[in-house]
Amino acid sequence: MPANRERERVDTAPKISDEVKETTCYMCACRCGVRVHLRNGHIRYLEGNPRHPVNRGVLCAKGSAGIMQHNSPARLRKPLRRVGARGEGRFEEIEWEEAIALAVEWLGAIRRSDPKKLAFFTGRDQSQALTGWWASQFGTPNHAAHGGFCSVNMAAAGIYTIGGSFWEFGEPDWERTRLLLMFGVAEDHDSNPIKIGLSKLKANGAKFVSVNPVRTGYSAIADEWIGIRPGTDGLFVLALVHELLRAGSVDAEFLIRYTNAPWLVIRDEGGPEDGLIARDGDGAPLCWDLRSEELSSALAPDISPALSGSYRLPDGRSGTPAFELLVRRYQQPEFAPDAVAGTTGVPAATIRRIAAEVAAAAFQETVTIEQPWTDWAGRRHERMTGRPVAMHAMRGISAHSNGFHTCRAIHLLQMLLGTVDVPGGFRYKPPFPKPAPPPLKPAGKPGEIVPGAPMPGPPLGFPSGPADLLVNEDGSPVRIDKAFSWEAPLAAHGMLHMVPANAWRGDPYPIDTLFIYMANMSWNSAMNTAETMHMLTDRDDAGGYRIPHIICADAYASEMVAYSDLVLPDTTYLERWDCISLLDRPISSADGAADAIRHPVVQPDRDVRPFQDVLIDIGARLGLPGLVRDDGSPRYPGGYPDYLVNHQRVPGIGSLAGWRGVDGTMEGTGDPNPEQLERYVEAGSFWQQPLAPEMRFFKHANRDYLKHAVAMGWIGSPDQIILQLYSEPMQRFRLAARGHGQVLPPAELRERIDRYFDPLPIWYQPFHEAATDGDAYPLHALTQRPMAMYHSWGSMNAWLRQIHPSNRLYIGRRRAEALGIEDDSWVDIVSPHGRVRARVKLMEGVNEDTVWTWNAIGKRAGAWALSDDAPESREGFLLNHLIPERLPPQPDGHRHANADPVTGQAAWYDLRVRLKPATDGATASAPRFDPLPRPPGLAAPSSVLRFGAGFRPRRPERAAR
Amino acid sequence: MTSLPRDPGPKKLGLVIDLDTCVGCHACAVSCKEWNTGGVAAPLTDLDPYGADPVGVWFNRVHAYEAGDGMGGRTVHFPRSCLHCDEPACVSVCPTGASYKREEDGIVLVDEDLCIGCKLCSWACPYGAREYDRDAGVMKKCTLCIDRIYNENLPEPERVPACVTACPTSARHFGDLGDPDSPISRLVAERGGRDLMPELGYRPVNKYLPPRPTRGGTDPAEGGADPLRPEPESDGGRFLRWLDATLSR
Repeated sequence: MPANRERERVDTAPKISDEVKETTCYMCACRCGVRVHLRNGHIRYLEGNPRHPVNRGVLCAKGSAGIMQHNSPARLRKPLRRVGARGEGRFEEIEWEEAIALAVEWLGAIRRSDPKKLAFFTGRDQSQALTGWWASQFGTPNHAAHGGFCSVNMAAAGIYTIGGSFWEFGEPDWERTRLLLMFGVAEDHDSNPIKIGLSKLKANGAKFVSVNPVRTGYSAIADEWIGIRPGTDGLFVLALVHELLRAGSVDAEFLIRYTNAPWLVIRDEGGPEDGLIARDGDGAPLCWDLRSEELSSALAPDISPALSGSYRLPDGRSGTPAFELLVRRYQQPEFAPDAVAGTTGVPAATIRRIAAEVAAAAFQETVTIEQPWTDWAGRRHERMTGRPVAMHAMRGISAHSNGFHTCRAIHLLQMLLGTVDVPGGFRYKPPFPKPAPPPLKPAGKPGEIVPGAPMPGPPLGFPSGPADLLVNEDGSPVRIDKAFSWEAPLAAHGMLHMVPANAWRGDPYPIDTLFIYMANMSWNSAMNTAETMHMLTDRDDAGGYRIPHIICADAYASEMVAYSDLVLPDTTYLERWDCISLLDRPISSADGAADAIRHPVVQPDRDVRPFQDVLIDIGARLGLPGLVRDDGSPRYPGGYPDYLVNHQRVPGIGSLAGWRGVDGTMEGTGDPNPEQLERYVEAGSFWQQPLAPEMRFFKHANRDYLKHAVAMGWIGSPDQIILQLYSEPMQRFRLAARGHGQVLPPAELRERIDRYFDPLPIWYQPFHEAATDGDAYPLHALTQRPMAMYHSWGSMNAWLRQIHPSNRLYIGRRRAEALGIEDDSWVDIVSPHGRVRARVKLMEGVNEDTVWTWNAIGKRAGAWALSDDAPESREGFLLNHLIPERLPPQPDGHRHANADPVTGQAAWYDLRVRLKPATDGATASAPRFDPLPRPPGLAAPSSVLRFGAGFRPRRPERAAR
Repeated sequence: MTSLPRDPGPKKLGLVIDLDTCVGCHACAVSCKEWNTGGVAAPLTDLDPYGADPVGVWFNRVHAYEAGDGMGGRTVHFPRSCLHCDEPACVSVCPTGASYKREEDGIVLVDEDLCIGCKLCSWACPYGAREYDRDAGVMKKCTLCIDRIYNENLPEPERVPACVTACPTSARHFGDLGDPDSPISRLVAERGGRDLMPELGYRPVNKYLPPRPTRGGTDPAEGGADPLRPEPESDGGRFLRWLDATLSR
């Protein structure tokens, strides 16, 4: 270069922002803290909030791409009313007043006649504390969010077993664990905390074992990846249990102190209480005290309960400790490593070795924290000692029809090892643990649904026996999704995936209005997608739609918009108030409770309104009791922020736990504080309450913690929370199937209930897989979520879609070679239900009987403001077309949901397929559908995006070199 | 052609990337794009952003590779950005002096006023670290967030590249690799940090830490756990002897 040329000067210290606002991310369900840098009123930059308890300053790809979500050309701009046929996507813009009046007209008529004819379901809703309450004020039991097709198996199995669950209600002790077993966790839930934790764990030299059919993401950095056959994790776990029991490598002390292992189970075959827990006159469970050699309340401290044997109960029946039943079951040869190796695809030697490693970590690497604590009985312990084996499990367990039992098996393994809320193990996040299950029942029994009146309780809850089900006299379901019926008794999150199909069939009854918030039921949120589109547009003999009204609320032009009669445009997450509540899905950590808000960091530039404001407005106009004052005026005229501050679920408890009381000095409980939201904003949009060191472990049995939890309003009593190794609620359902009790299952469901309501974890081949000819359809097919995408939202994001512009079908190289399938070629994926064309990609790290793809990237042409030839629709595809929402007919013609028989969880991953090379010169995925027109008001996206050009610092003048 | 600094200082700022904990989440790539699209090299233009072939400028890209056959192999995620080489071919090949390496810290930059968009530098770079902005007609690249690392408008701990701040697995480290006693140099020494393709002689400043040895499938002789031994079964109705222990609740 010419030597004396002037060198450029670089401004190394440009001004970054005029203002920084701290709020909460909504790019996935992780809910990290973000700092939003604003320049001239525009968002310059988003970054992780270093002080935030969830992400501690880091931010994932989705979070950093929030700007592109906020600026997406797919944002809806004004309320829309359908003008064409449903599904055509032709709309006219209308004013908000008209839109709300229309919704009120439809909903008002329903409420006056039959409130359950409103099915109000939400998708990735983070305001369920509001939406569920609104539904019960309306009077309809037909409400849930998306948990039924996501992770209710994890939530329900955890709640019924240990009174907590993986992810939102618990986390591994990342700092102290020596061995982490991760089951079926693809790339998120929860995203950043897992990544932060794995990094710590590896730096500490702990071992990380990932059990997953696919070796991507977290599995790629595991010390050991176990490429298990899908749907067999439960069997693998129970084989570990078998090995541990054989060797006596269980923590008997933990079992006696903290679980119901010593509780006596009534042995009275054929009797009405067979298999229930023997109880004394006060209802306390009984055990056999080895010291006094007599029956004792199992709740008493300082007894020495037997874990085995058979004891005569006062009424002459005999009782056996639950633990002996457990040992007898899992010592059976069917659970031996050699017996399960073929089914799981995991060599017996590997199972034995993992069992030995688990035992070695648990019993030879004990972790001790020199911190005295006091147990529930008031006894002081000098230190906290734990067994450092931690576990985490998610979607790969959840999305099978045996997921509830598999998740319970994992919790069983945790209990046997004594690794629940101990140093190095799994840790509860406050407000959990709660009693297993919590004493909250779903409302909506036949007499509780009354025209013009609210329901007496929330639509979702935790049945503890048949008497809590929502069924009619004849045993038929009350709810449109059949949740809490004999089809799915513990459907604690509802069954959104069944709603369109059931409503279309009128099974159990027709509805009037389907009101959907943020769920894509005409595309990736539905099984059997093409037929679901038909159901949403189908007409009856009189020419009317079989689902007469569909309202959707969404911020973006999703596939669902075209199937709606009325579209209520929402804001982006940076334009509204929101609440991440302890009443809903908290962001606590194991070391303390936390909740959070979002606040508008910028104002919308479109005629849109926050959905929660609109819902409160509609509720007030309908005159719903909780939403109006006695004089009929709106109770929350200030909309959602008004509700967040002033709504009290019970006196003293509201949406937010921080800065309560009129002067803002109370936590957990206290009167509404008019300045509460200001305090949150000042504090970075979150509140956290670190637990005192003596409360941080053994929370289920820690007197100081339990008292604190009562004072905070999290639990009702400071009694010890006893972990339910043996599930008595399950046995109550089973007894009903055997003809005992007042509420009995219909005859055709008795065998099913009897089999799947086993009080101890069982394993069975997933239903849809079992119903499929394994020779004709030899491959498992499943999806994983990419780390840089959250459901369907990612593809409208200009940056994220460059990372995953389309999805391929991944297959093991050797398997592909055996099938004559070449890399990059096109294949037909065929299931008994349908056919999808996709392009394959060969890989090594995948179970040899499994093919998979990234979920929710495939788009319908024209949706999400993408061009009609976007790769997401041209090459992208959904496996959903291959998955029926109902299983094949039973001999009597009855068809069950394609779901877990206990919880109703959608069984996405039970799919079996075969592959057939496409020989017709294919260059696009199939099936294809007509492109959706762009909704009115949405401009064609520009062909060049120069985002940020306006923020570029002015270049200083050149200097002499 | 452009000459390299005659008297390069001792300071060599760069990144160390830990392949042991990189899960391939793309947080670094997007965070980088987000910062830099409004920074000194703004914008990082995206063409056809909502269309058939979206392509944009990214200073950092993450690749995934599999090594070994079948289920016994491994997957490695590999973030790739400018390595700020000591002997950067992209600089010496530049016909206008647009590409240059700073004496004071070793950062390789492009002076957009001088860049004629000839792309010789991207042909010369064996690491594929150059990004041509077709819309602007100039070459762009990782600046090591030069508008962050010296930026007094940021609190001191945040004066690191955006990718380092964002990385959820702490797989990215920033510092002075010219100082053997810096924390980052010590990390490289401890973990056996490597140069990429050292045989080419460009002497990259950035280093990659190889995956730690895995603790999978070890037998007792190598420090693994002893196999579990079944408890002998006793008779007399008690099927497992260890159940007889009397433990207090």
